[in-house]
This record gives sequence, C-alpha cells and structure tokens, in this order.
Amino acid sequence: MKIKINGEIKELEKALSLSQILELFSLPAQRVAVELNRRVVRKQDWSTTIVEDDDRIEVVHFVGGG
Amino acid sequence: MTDTLQLAGKSFDSRLIIGTGKYRSFEEMKAAHTASGAEMVTVAVNRVPLDRKTESFLDHLDPAMQILPNTAGCYDAEHAIRTARLAREALETDWVKLEVIGDQTTLLPDNEQTLEAARVLIKEGFIVLPYFTDDLIMAKKLIEAGCPAVMPLAAPIGSGMGVQNPSNLRIMREQLPDATIIVDAGVGVPSDAAVAMELGADAILMNTAIAEAGNPGQMATAMKLAVEAGRLAYLSGRMPKRLYASASSPIQGAIK
Repeated sequence: MKIKINGEIKELEKALSLSQILELFSLPAQRVAVELNRRVVRKQDWSTTIVEDDDRIEVVHFVGGG
Repeated sequence: MTDTLQLAGKSFDSRLIIGTGKYRSFEEMKAAHTASGAEMVTVAVNRVPLDRKTESFLDHLDPAMQILPNTAGCYDAEHAIRTARLAREALETDWVKLEVIGDQTTLLPDNEQTLEAARVLIKEGFIVLPYFTDDLIMAKKLIEAGCPAVMPLAAPIGSGMGVQNPSNLRIMREQLPDATIIVDAGVGVPSDAAVAMELGADAILMNTAIAEAGNPGQMATAMKLAVEAGRLAYLSGRMPKRLYASASSPIQGAIK
C-alpha cells in the first residue's frame, strides 16, 4: 500500500499504526503533532490508529520563525 | 508605576516579542533573546524531515519564554487553521500568531482569509493574535471576532523599512483606545520601534531586525531600549508640532 507522508510517497508492506510509522521513518515522538487526512490525531491515539492505503500524513515540529 | 502588557489574562513586563528565525547560530539566538528582555518568542510549524535524526529546536529556547507558534507559510484560512491545531497539539498552548499570506513577493497578509481563520480558531478556544494590514476597519472586525490583540504590520515582513504609514497606526490607536495593538513586521532599526511605540503601539514583534543584525545580541539590547523609550514617550505625551519656532529662552531681558 502507498501512503503520503510529509509530501513524500512511501510504500508500506503492511498496515501500520501511526506510532509504527513514526518509528519507521525515524520521526521523533516528542513535541511533534500528527495529522491524518487533514485531521489532528491526539498522541494517545497514535498506537491504535491504523494507516490505510492512500492516507496522507503530516508530522510537524517547530523551527525558527518570526 | 508598573506598566505591564496585559494579554489574554497574562502579564508581561517586556513589550518586545521576538522571533527565532534567521539566526546564524543557536548561540547568537540565545544571546539575543536574553539581551532583548523578551518574555515571548515566536516559532514556526514545519514538516519533520523523514529518515534522519532531528533534534528539537525548542531545546534551544529559554524554558521561561512563552512560545507563540505562528502559521507562517499558510496561504488560506484552511491551512492556517490546520497549522494552528497542530501547534496546539504539539505544544499544548492555545496561543497562536495567525498569519495568512496573500502573496509570495510581498508576504502581505490576506485579511479576508485571516478573519475567516480567526473566527474558526476563536470558536475552538484559541487565543488568536492576528497579523494583518494596518487597517482600522479590519482591526475592528478582528477584535469583534474575539482577538485579544491585533498585530498590524509596519512594513512587509523582513523588509526593515520601518513604519510606512504612521497615520494608520495613529488612527488605529485613537479610534481603538482600549485595544491591544502589537506592531508586527517591518521594523529595521531601533528608531522604527520607538516610532511605533510613540504612536501608541502596546508592543512590537520583530525577528529579522535582530537576527540579521551584525551583532544580534547588541541589537536586541538596542531594540529593548527603543521599545522602552517609545513607550515612556507615549505615556508622557509629546509636545505639539509647530510650523514655526517657539523660543526656549526668554525673549525679554536679553542684553541690547
């Protein structure tokens, strides 16, 4: 199955939870936020939220800005 | 006399809010933050790069600083709303600097989209500080929508041009005496900050003027002093402008 994460298309061999996805792509779990198909997924729901084909995920953190 | 900035139930001793972008190093940023006396700093929300270890930018900020996430890089209300929601989730703060850009070259705000986003976010319990064009009517609408402060620009973001339309700020101050007005963007040098404060701004938000200075730490000190000087001058009440001279020394009694 294919997902789009932070704008990049990635191939997954099997369905994974958001927690597993973060781990797979070496994404930090602290002070980040995750959006699945334009909706924020609370941290406590990451492990039970299973990603499906064509899902769009955004994982954001903070950078310098004005 | 204590002259603190009251904002959404919080009290700030400093009337300078500064950014965290464009610094040449974290050390320079930290030195500038400390020198500025600012108690609130802005940060941007951005995609985490995939497949590599990333450290948290937030670790480089003084933990005592209030963090104000922005919605920079958003070109419509929907993106700004999504960004604000993500920021809230990651930072556990309801505060957001709402920024909806209308055009890439000028980075001027899209006021219509800003107002739309503000209304949605306020309903969701956000404390919305909107960046917008220095327009009185827009300021009124944003306040009516529930923004605890309005943040008109002095000049385009990162331009360092200073207050381009002092009359607009003056009118805004006079017509909205109870509003909290934070001049956001366009300050280049301390005199610009002083001008904005003399016109009655309650605070200034700046980034580039400090970050791109040759010595950011020293410039941060200069900005701090300018904001303080401008504030004191505003509270003191300036002398009237006159077209002709008015002698300071007695005209009568000079020797002949």
